Amino acid sequence: MSTTAEAVPAVVPEEAHRVLRVEPGATRSLGLGEIWRYRELLYFLTWRDVKVRYKQTALGASWAVIQPLMTMVVFTIFFGKLARMPSDDIPYPLFSYAGLLPWTYFAQVVGASATSVVGSSNLITKVYFPRMVIPGASALAALVDFAMAFAVLLVLLAAYHFHPALDYQVSLRWSLLLLPLFLLMAMATALGVGLWLAAVNVRYRDVRHVVPFIIQFWLFATPVIYPSSLLQGQWRLVIYALNPMVGVVEGFRWGLFGLVPRGGMVWVSALVTVTVLVSGAFYFRRMERIFADLI
Amino acid sequence: MHVRDLSKQYLIGSGAPVMYGNLRERLAGLGPALLRRLRLLRRSTKGADPGELIWALREVSFDIRPGEVVGLIGRNGAGKSTLLKVLSRITAPSAGYIEFTGRVGSLLEVGTGFHAELSGRENIFLNGAILGMRRAEIVAKLDAIVEFAEIERFVDTPVKHFSSGMYVRLAFAVAAHMETEILLVDEVLAVGDLAFQRKCLGKMGEVARSGRTVVFVSHNMGSIARLCDRGLVLDEGCLIFDGQVDSAIARYNDTFAGPESGPAAQRHVLFDETPGQAERFAVSRVEVLDTSGRPMPAPHTWDDVVLRVHCRCLDRIRGGVVLEVRHASGPRVLYLSTEPDRGQPVVLERGAWSVDCTVRRLPLGAGEYYVGVGLTIPGVENLWHRAEVGRMLVLPRDVYGSGQAPDAARGLVVPEYDWSPPRRT
Repeated sequence: MSTTAEAVPAVVPEEAHRVLRVEPGATRSLGLGEIWRYRELLYFLTWRDVKVRYKQTALGASWAVIQPLMTMVVFTIFFGKLARMPSDDIPYPLFSYAGLLPWTYFAQVVGASATSVVGSSNLITKVYFPRMVIPGASALAALVDFAMAFAVLLVLLAAYHFHPALDYQVSLRWSLLLLPLFLLMAMATALGVGLWLAAVNVRYRDVRHVVPFIIQFWLFATPVIYPSSLLQGQWRLVIYALNPMVGVVEGFRWGLFGLVPRGGMVWVSALVTVTVLVSGAFYFRRMERIFADLI
Repeated sequence: MHVRDLSKQYLIGSGAPVMYGNLRERLAGLGPALLRRLRLLRRSTKGADPGELIWALREVSFDIRPGEVVGLIGRNGAGKSTLLKVLSRITAPSAGYIEFTGRVGSLLEVGTGFHAELSGRENIFLNGAILGMRRAEIVAKLDAIVEFAEIERFVDTPVKHFSSGMYVRLAFAVAAHMETEILLVDEVLAVGDLAFQRKCLGKMGEVARSGRTVVFVSHNMGSIARLCDRGLVLDEGCLIFDGQVDSAIARYNDTFAGPESGPAAQRHVLFDETPGQAERFAVSRVEVLDTSGRPMPAPHTWDDVVLRVHCRCLDRIRGGVVLEVRHASGPRVLYLSTEPDRGQPVVLERGAWSVDCTVRRLPLGAGEYYVGVGLTIPGVENLWHRAEVGRMLVLPRDVYGSGQAPDAARGLVVPEYDWSPPRRT
């Protein structure tokens, strides 16, 4: 026995005496307990994603801010100024940035998690852990970018508030408390879509080529560039809100500017979000048993 | 750990929709490929085409008691890796089940998930977490890991700047400090330079003696014999032997004779071929025997071995018979010739002949060797030569009485030698 081994106190985990049975057939549970046991791996994978993302880039983490900010500027010039897009009486830059904030997060997570499982094939073929941790880490890692982009939003709001030439006064509203809720909804939606795409991508690598299209079209189905107030009629709103990102973006504008979404759009979207997430999780669980064989 | 009727089926072959379909589909475009694919999928789910299905594991059952160290051996493609993957839950079984008590750690490769941009320390945490270690565990063992890997000065350097030696040392060090109750290890232990390989083997021995359950896969029979008490032999997906490790290694050796060489009685035959009519001289058969002429499929280190070469001549030949023994890793270790080396030319008339080459105290470390044979007229021509007519396994024997049988990983040649007591100079 080496002395080093004796010097280290043995950590005896609680699962030392658990009996685990592995057999074929579909699993009925989502294995959330197991994911909880692997929470440290989730943490480390997230941490790795964050740490590695902007390594050896000249501008580093500012990319997280540049992307939504530049998009906002382009949108403001083309849609706000040239096309005179209405923006519910909110300055167009603020209006579009408030939409871009959750949208950028969503697009980033969907793009990253869709390819995450295949991208981690070296892990999947060599070590066991609940595979859901991989897209999960994508969803968590993107929160760092979201936080930075959110800080920029605060700067924008302050600029509008204190600059006399810009006619918009920010006020503290109770609805700001809704923001974390809608962030959670954005995460759930992105993760749900990401789980579906990640699992499908293992078998059909076409997903990688399809995702950019999906994201592009999805942007136009979401009130980022334009206000949802352009749509009239209860049924149209309900159908529109079947896109869960409608609820998320409307929710963000509700929280920030007090624009209450009309006609139960948020509820419809939330229902779709839950459906996508739960079905995505079950589909992923069903497929994860054969990931290592297919990848 | 209980394993019952464990089976695993894979789809392979030309029509394999699951494994290779994606690439083809992407290249071939959408419509027709999709249709073909759907047809294939339907067919494969029905399991109608046996050509596309192979059983990588067939109804494998065994129990491993806590603290046992079990060697899993078998030829390439026998199902060892598949079994290890199913045991480590990387892939699900097609039938049967496994029951574990305790945490399962698997080491199918070292350095899984290492990221080039992260520092040594960061990779220790990441790799540890991937292997299923707790953060607290890693923190507690950090110093031991760094010390074991001998990278103290570079702990905060990104591993992309590491030498390949440092990289594998670090990777092994993390893995070696896993403390799960059950450990599944694939041939990962011998990494780095010789000194570190010895350290790795030492560490594995320590793990094996520490009372944990270990399943160990290797092609190196020397380390299997040294580390394990019990051996499981897989062949074509079936568990064909379960028992004492020496017998398991012998059984493993038998699997090589396999279908080509026929029944079990023939397994000492390295080579058996009916010579073509055009050849003036041809070797027809090579056997491994003991000194009394009995078949010896796998000699131990320091056994007296007779290699018998059968040949056939079409006219009178005067030449030298040459036997060569190469180690599986490449180098030729023995060159046994009647001529030129022994100055004993062999004169053969037309007909069938056999010659014996007796090697006393076969000085080879345990491992896998290839035997070649030839007939040469020195300085004139090679009448017949095959660098590899068959494979010979040398089984470990503790010839020095040290408790460790010398194997080929230490040194290919196992001579008789003595050390003097130290003298003051």
